[in-house]
Amino acid sequence: MQLSREQLLKAYRQMKTIREFEDRLHEEIPKGLIPGFTHLYSGQEAIAVGVCENLNDSDAITSTHRGHGHCIAKGCDVKGMMAEIYGRATGLCGGKGGSMHIADLSKGMLGANGIVGGGPPLAMGAAIAFRNRGKGEVAVALAGDGSCNSGPVFEAMNMAVMLNLPVIFVFENNGYSEQTAPAYAVGAGKTDLVRRAEGFGMPASKHDGTDFFSVYEATREAVERARTGGGPSAFEFNCLRFFGHFEGDPQKYRIKGEVEMARDTMDCLKNFRHRVTEAKLLEGKDLDQVDAEVKQLIEEAVAEAIAAPFPPDTDVTKNVYINY
Amino acid sequence: MSIDILMPALSPTMEEGTLAKWLVKEGDTVSSGDVLAEIETDKATMELESINDGKVAKILVPEGTEGVKVNAVIARLVEEGESSDAAAAKPAPKAPKAEAKAEAPAGTEAKPTAKAEPALKDPEIPAGTEMVEMTVREALRDAMAEEMRRDDKVFLMGEEVGQYQGAYKVSQELLQEFGEKRVIDTPITEHGFTGLGVGAAMAGLKPIVEFMTFNFAMQAIDHIINSAAKTRYMSGGMISVPIVFRGPNGFASRVAAQHSQCYASWYGHVPGLKVVAPYSAADAKGLLKSAIRDPNPVVFLEQELLYGRKFEVPKLDDYTVPIGKAKVVREGKDVTLISFSYTMLAVLDAAEKLAAEGIDAEVIDLRTIRPLDAETLVASVKKTNRAVVVEQGWTAYGVTSEVSSVLMEQAFDWLDAPVLRLGGADVPMPYAASLEKVAIVQPEDVVKAAKTVCYKA
Repeated sequence: MQLSREQLLKAYRQMKTIREFEDRLHEEIPKGLIPGFTHLYSGQEAIAVGVCENLNDSDAITSTHRGHGHCIAKGCDVKGMMAEIYGRATGLCGGKGGSMHIADLSKGMLGANGIVGGGPPLAMGAAIAFRNRGKGEVAVALAGDGSCNSGPVFEAMNMAVMLNLPVIFVFENNGYSEQTAPAYAVGAGKTDLVRRAEGFGMPASKHDGTDFFSVYEATREAVERARTGGGPSAFEFNCLRFFGHFEGDPQKYRIKGEVEMARDTMDCLKNFRHRVTEAKLLEGKDLDQVDAEVKQLIEEAVAEAIAAPFPPDTDVTKNVYINY
Repeated sequence: MSIDILMPALSPTMEEGTLAKWLVKEGDTVSSGDVLAEIETDKATMELESINDGKVAKILVPEGTEGVKVNAVIARLVEEGESSDAAAAKPAPKAPKAEAKAEAPAGTEAKPTAKAEPALKDPEIPAGTEMVEMTVREALRDAMAEEMRRDDKVFLMGEEVGQYQGAYKVSQELLQEFGEKRVIDTPITEHGFTGLGVGAAMAGLKPIVEFMTFNFAMQAIDHIINSAAKTRYMSGGMISVPIVFRGPNGFASRVAAQHSQCYASWYGHVPGLKVVAPYSAADAKGLLKSAIRDPNPVVFLEQELLYGRKFEVPKLDDYTVPIGKAKVVREGKDVTLISFSYTMLAVLDAAEKLAAEGIDAEVIDLRTIRPLDAETLVASVKKTNRAVVVEQGWTAYGVTSEVSSVLMEQAFDWLDAPVLRLGGADVPMPYAASLEKVAIVQPEDVVKAAKTVCYKA
């Protein structure tokens, strides 16, 4: 399906925003103002955006510890996200969640999740609510190759088929489960994760996760099927993350030159730019303008986050219960 | 040597049945595998096969008898050639023995379930309210049914909750009334379906997740704590998780360590959860209704050995009991006995025994573990100056330890003796009846502790 100029520009803007957001965090983290673990999504942008461009605010996603890209792709406020990562009162979660727990219910973003394999069962729950509501909404469980070996993910896939739920499992295979390759950690089928999903009885396929168009088209069909009562689907999208498992990961498990190769040939932004300009769907200057606007947005997000107040001490006991 | 033929249980929850028909008569020779009789319950009919070779010496329960207790002796076999008199001479064991097995642990006197516990004074119930006799099982079922009628966002999921009508028959008739979208049978995958429940709550539904027992919820404790309890806080108050996790918890008879454990203190430890553990049927009903309406995640700890007990329940259209309020179930002036759930049996029994010895005990049922109603506990101790706290679980880092600390911190100047804690023995639950008896709190233990704090031991 041919996307309109506006759709193409939006997709590019979303991917670029994720890249700029993550690259900037990579620069900012060593400065010492961002605490804890931060897991960056650079190199995987086409997956989050390719999937979420098929979704509406009323559709839900669940995410992972590497959730910034998912949040941006689903429409979370970028400045609110940055402030959250800086642990400020103006953050999307008031500074109580941080990088691994960013959420925005109004955008159908049910939360990044610090527990590997935590998200897929939650997506099932949203899908139950959607099935009962009958308005054709879908839930997408964005998960990594690391979670594909965990029990609750299998349990979720089984129940999704058993209950014929409007849900889509997206396994982003970025080459490493933390620091261990799926080729080692996946017992059966080795790096072919989708065959397991097929075994549970749902359509499943594998695509290039660095090609926005490939991700978009594959999930478009699955979303349409789920919206009309056709049940769950699963995908494996291959890519390579540009940074370590977390910021500070020495990455000694990488093959020498691997990241340079990935940045050269597996960069979804470069691929997108090449494809749309070759086909004369967009001009280079259109994309350059987006680049400049995104750079400005991230610049402001960082400056505003640093200037924002920390949550007051009195906030510490708030939001545990609605009533107690 | 004679062999007793016992009334069989067709299911773990069966308590009595009808001896529909004898297929043998006295004097018949039977072989192992021969059908002796047909047994009926309201759910099913089953053939009773002999597991021994022998001769039918005596039929003790005639066919057509209803209400035959599980494990009651219904006939007696003798070995070939042995006189039937040998069987007749043996005194028939008392039928209530069977009831004790179903309802109470080894060594604890089972009170007859046919008669309801007397209604205790309750300020929450308007004067003149009609009371109806009901088991805890029925009260829980009614609470769910009423709330499901009231709010179409409420649904029940768990293993065997639908077609089978509940592993312990708590969800009887719910599938028939509410259909399979609201009464969902799950596979045996606690971790997965608990996460599903939490996700459904995040997306606007009000799930009731039934665990066949809370022992199996350990598979799912990640989602109970990491997803349900913490999400509201982690999201800065944006996402709430209105969900009830319920099922039998604590001591169960003769099922040993992996099926017999109390989780009250485990969940009571966690901010973000409310934890409820009722004893009576009225509280079970009123608190479950409150739990389902509560906008926070609630862990609702039931007790298998209380399911079949009858209590008086107020006949009101919408009877709720507030979460977070303990109840003084017996007033007294000499010592405060504090407990909840199953060990209320031992405590109430002990209070009677103490009264006979001139010690007037006040008994408090916590009902809610978190938030703890410190106010009621402290007020009582300010009156009695002594306290014994009793739980079915381990006292180490337990509910009793928490209550003791609260009393020490808030009523220190009123205490005339150290608060004593009683709980299960500090071991995994043993299987053998003799060991099990000493691993759980007995009324005599409570009596002894109460006398100790009264300096009358």
